[in-house]
Amino acid sequence: MSTLVFLEHHDGLIQKGSLGVLARALAVGGQDVAGVIVGHGVADAAASAGAYGVSNVYAVDAPEFEAPLPQPRVDALEAVVTASGATNILFAASVLSADVAAGLSARLDAGLNWDITDFEIDGGELTARRPALGDTVLVTVGWTTTPRIALVRSGAFEPVETGGSATVKDVAVTLREYSTAAQMVEQAQEQASGPSIEDADVIVAGGRGLGAPEGFKLAEELAAALGGAVAATRAVVDAGWYPYSTQVGQTGKSVSPKLYIALGISGAIQHKVGMQNSGAIVAINKDPNAPIFDFADFGIVGDLNAVAPKLAELARARRG
Amino acid sequence: MKIAVCVKQVPDATSGRKLDPTTNRLDRSGEGALNATDVNAVEEALRIKEAHGGEVVVVSFGPTKALDSLRKALAMGADRAMLVSDDAAAGSDLVATSYALAKGLEREGADLILFGQQSSDSDGAVLWAAVADRLQRPVISQVAELTVEGASVTGKRQTEFGYDIISAPLPAVVAVSDAINEPRYPSLKGIMGAKSKPAETLSLADLGADPALVGAAGSRTSVLTLAPPPAKGNQIKIEDDGTAADQLIAWLAEKKLL
Ligand SMILES: Cc1cc2nc3c(=O)[nH]c(=O)nc-3n(C[C@H](O)[C@H](O)[C@H](O)COP(=O)(O)OP(=O)(O)OC[C@H]3O[C@@H](n4cnc5c(N)ncnc54)[C@H](O)[C@@H]3O)c2cc1C
Ligand SMILES: Nc1ncnc2c1ncn2[C@@H]1O[C@H](COP(=O)(O)O)[C@@H](O)[C@H]1O
Repeated sequence: MSTLVFLEHHDGLIQKGSLGVLARALAVGGQDVAGVIVGHGVADAAASAGAYGVSNVYAVDAPEFEAPLPQPRVDALEAVVTASGATNILFAASVLSADVAAGLSARLDAGLNWDITDFEIDGGELTARRPALGDTVLVTVGWTTTPRIALVRSGAFEPVETGGSATVKDVAVTLREYSTAAQMVEQAQEQASGPSIEDADVIVAGGRGLGAPEGFKLAEELAAALGGAVAATRAVVDAGWYPYSTQVGQTGKSVSPKLYIALGISGAIQHKVGMQNSGAIVAINKDPNAPIFDFADFGIVGDLNAVAPKLAELARARRG
Repeated sequence: MKIAVCVKQVPDATSGRKLDPTTNRLDRSGEGALNATDVNAVEEALRIKEAHGGEVVVVSFGPTKALDSLRKALAMGADRAMLVSDDAAAGSDLVATSYALAKGLEREGADLILFGQQSSDSDGAVLWAAVADRLQRPVISQVAELTVEGASVTGKRQTEFGYDIISAPLPAVVAVSDAINEPRYPSLKGIMGAKSKPAETLSLADLGADPALVGAAGSRTSVLTLAPPPAKGNQIKIEDDGTAADQLIAWLAEKKLL
């Protein structure tokens, strides 16, 4: 088997990002592709991958893999790579998978390319493309040795349901002592509350440039004037300024409103991947070098505290 | 408590980021700056030191001019700087960087090793996991709240599904998020004092590192070709002169977005 796709799962379901990478791997790599799933009680999830066209899945299933922590998974993948003889190991970017991929890269002295938006497998050989330096250059990347490890950017590929079934092969793993040193103390699932931002035609999103939690009043006022919803960056959600359910980006939601207005948002890649499919992107930022101006359709270099209230006032007047 | 903070010098935002078309490597000839999210890691280290006592050492792997950026961390209050630098190190990818940095960190033997969220020139947000595996230490990443208690650290971090609280015994590796704190500005006294704080530069040989595992020789990835990304077209960027809101409203009306 030349190519392994890491199948990340949550609540018994394989994640969309992993299934997207699997779909692409099968399209370019044919049946020389297998899935790998690591967890506790994952037999059903492992078998479910068959419906997405893969006929072989390696499973590492033991209580030590219950918590979604990266280091035990490095041990597991090392064992599966050895068992399968795989030369390409593909991951969909996530908080967990990035740490697994990088840990594995050190463990196997294997090259890791990240932020991949497309890849090819030709005779088992992997090449990939990644936008670099804030997406200002498109780089074709390769690997000089095997195994090759790739971390695919969020949303790069969609899952393809084909029907079918998979044979699950169990692999036993001995854990290293340091791999189990970190322990999950608590996992808090966040429930969505309030209106969903995914259905909004207009989104006014706020970032750290709003200055303080109270700064979100400006975003709310503008959103109300435009009939839209309010969203946020991870930086302000992590700081407790605005609810988790409104976060846009790699770890948050993907949105594609007709209009996305970014107030005081720098435009990090992890934010961009959640909103780049918006119809029109407007950015107000006081830093002329902010990366968001590279992909905004209408950029205003200025103080949001001056521009946003005026904008709300003008919008209210227009919309009556 | 000895805290090591891994920091990187990156091209300054105003001098722009570009790849050198002859080497396909990042052009590092312009002004350098201390990577923004690493400043949060330095700040966190200083707060831990203020609460628990100890020493803060900033550690970097890069060209000799990276010392300028290390001085900024010293000006904020870090005690000492260590730069791993070698002519043979240019062109190191993740695997090679993690090896060289781990060699430097092994020498320090810190109780806690902090990383920033991501370097602005690579956007990898991955290095800590590779370094932790080399050092055989537990790792917690994306930490937005960190507590140190006795011989363990506990971090709260965001995931795609909510929040995790993870704890690990020291010595441990922790990567912080940019929301963890509001970094201090160096005081004038801090800036003056930084000049006389110890800053050492170590070569691969000094660290007993195998040169075959660093630089181009130790790297396992390659850049094959470079191309401009697809043009976006029709982008408007204006400076607010008091009429920006009016101009935007007119544009939104024209695009039927009001
Ligand atoms: C694994 C991982 C996952 C991530 N997932 C996400 C995610 O899902 N979503 C997300 O958003 N981020 C995510 N991030 C974080 C991301 O990389 C950035 O750190 C974050 O998006 C920055 O948020 P920000 O733009 O609010 O803050 P900053 O980057 O601090 O930007 C604030 C901006 O406000 C501007 N500003 C300040 N004052 C004013 C003013 N008065 N007027 C106008 N402009 C002003 C500044 O010039 C600056 O550009 C993730 C990172 C990692 C490593
Ligand atoms: N050359 C380096 N020397 C020291 N620390 C580094 C270096 N490169 C990256 N780091 C640290 O690793 C973090 C993540 O970097 P990256 O994986 O490149 O995005 C940064 O925020 C720094 O804390």
